[in-house]
Amino acid sequence: MSIVLKSLSKLYGEQRAIDEISFSIGTGEIVGFLGPNGAGKSTTMKIICGYVPATSGSAFVLDTDVAKDPIKVKKRIGYLPELNPLYTDMYVTEYLRFNADIHQLKDPKKEIERVIAATGLTLERKKKIGQLSKGYKQRVGLAQALLNDPEVLILDEPTSGLDPNQMSEIRQLILSLGKDKTILLSSHIMQEVEAMCTRVIIINKGKIVADDSVGAIKQKLTAKNTVRIVKFRESIDVVQLNSLDGVKDVSIEATNTYKVTADGPVDLAEIVFNFAVAAKTIIVEQQEQSESLEAVFQQLTKNA
Amino acid sequence: MLSIFKKEIRSFLSSLIAYVVIIVFLLIIGLFTWIFADGNVLAQGYANLDILFFMAPWVFIFLISAITMRSFSEEIKQGTFEVLSTKPITDFQIVLGKYLAAVSLVVFAILPTLLYFYSVYELGLPRGNIDVGATWGSYIGLVLLGASYAAIGIFSSAVTPNQIVAFILGMFLCFFFYVGFDQLSNLSLFGGLDSFVQSLGIQVHYDSISRGVVDTRDLVYFGSIIAVFLGLTLVVLDSRKW
Repeated sequence: MSIVLKSLSKLYGEQRAIDEISFSIGTGEIVGFLGPNGAGKSTTMKIICGYVPATSGSAFVLDTDVAKDPIKVKKRIGYLPELNPLYTDMYVTEYLRFNADIHQLKDPKKEIERVIAATGLTLERKKKIGQLSKGYKQRVGLAQALLNDPEVLILDEPTSGLDPNQMSEIRQLILSLGKDKTILLSSHIMQEVEAMCTRVIIINKGKIVADDSVGAIKQKLTAKNTVRIVKFRESIDVVQLNSLDGVKDVSIEATNTYKVTADGPVDLAEIVFNFAVAAKTIIVEQQEQSESLEAVFQQLTKNA
Repeated sequence: MLSIFKKEIRSFLSSLIAYVVIIVFLLIIGLFTWIFADGNVLAQGYANLDILFFMAPWVFIFLISAITMRSFSEEIKQGTFEVLSTKPITDFQIVLGKYLAAVSLVVFAILPTLLYFYSVYELGLPRGNIDVGATWGSYIGLVLLGASYAAIGIFSSAVTPNQIVAFILGMFLCFFFYVGFDQLSNLSLFGGLDSFVQSLGIQVHYDSISRGVVDTRDLVYFGSIIAVFLGLTLVVLDSRKW
């Protein structure tokens, strides 16, 4: 296992930032860590990286207890903090050289060349970090995290604040890195997690509310809540449709267009078709709305 | 540790801090030693550098606070300290690297004044009529005083993410440790403890070394001041993580 957390808790004064969190991440997994702001994502990541000590419980990275031997862990992980702090008055290569020195790399030049190529910084290498665009700064942050060729990468909101093009570039970069590394990345952008991760851990108010593969989490919720947008030729009796067995809710979306939510695992298409026949109207258009991870996320985190 | 040291030195050089500090120090000290009317070497006619060793601790109060004010406050404010803390390096190594870089800069500011020493040595009548032992003692005292100020400054910088606050706090603490304890003991508030209170200040030890006698007690004092403030820096940095 690359990362193992055992009933990890962190208290900031009275406030419980994370509460008895446990999960393990196997080698080579790319795991998305989702949660609203203040849910405890960053705190968890900081504990894994050995920046913040846990109040109770333990965190193991590559079978080493972070609290007992932080230096050993720090040698083998790469961390990109939220907001990607950098020394803006340093040059790109100068900054990487500094990090290589801290890691006491055997062949710093070679490693610096490797990460510069991997993160696409070749053209920007001689610039001051302060002059770079946000996307390139993010690449410098990633390059810094990759210098020691870490087995585990912890990325705290790696694409936040980037424009859509930069986002997709950074995502591609992370995906290409993920081939031989274990990655835990936090985000609150659902499509991102859907696009990159095989597994999602959703955290809310310091507790894990879901931990499964992306598909499984979506399936669990869509099975309960199939939604169809149906357009009839003329307006229909909403109350009548709503009263049918297997229909949980009907709401008006637009002229003659209704949003029908199923109640449990029923064939909504059949119910709507039979209703149309009985009401002597025609279905002009209908479309199944699959629950996005976004909706799942909202459902899991809104009431807790 | 060496990586942090090198980075700090590079940052002193690239941000012009090093040049400004050295030039301003030499300018002020040079003016007082050779030009300004009151007590300059040429006017008073004695072959010594007393004016230099009298002025330097005062000039250092603000110069060293200026050198150290950003060392941690900037890292904490920008968040780069978090990145550093997740690298395979201990807080102690980070503090030591930054501290030694600041001390090196202080030493480099003092070094050119050896020219003044040489000048007075040559100007003495007869040539070389300067208390060499006391002057070397004063140099050792000045370096130790600078090293103590640097430790105080590093601590002040770790206390706050605001550079200006770090600067003012550093100046105040340096000032207080230089003359504060001395002045407190003059008020005779502590009865039998007055001499103890006086010995907590830097000045009495600095003056003692300046006489040319390098006493172990003074060395222990300066070592303790440095160790205490660097230790407090570590405590403050650690407490930020809680």
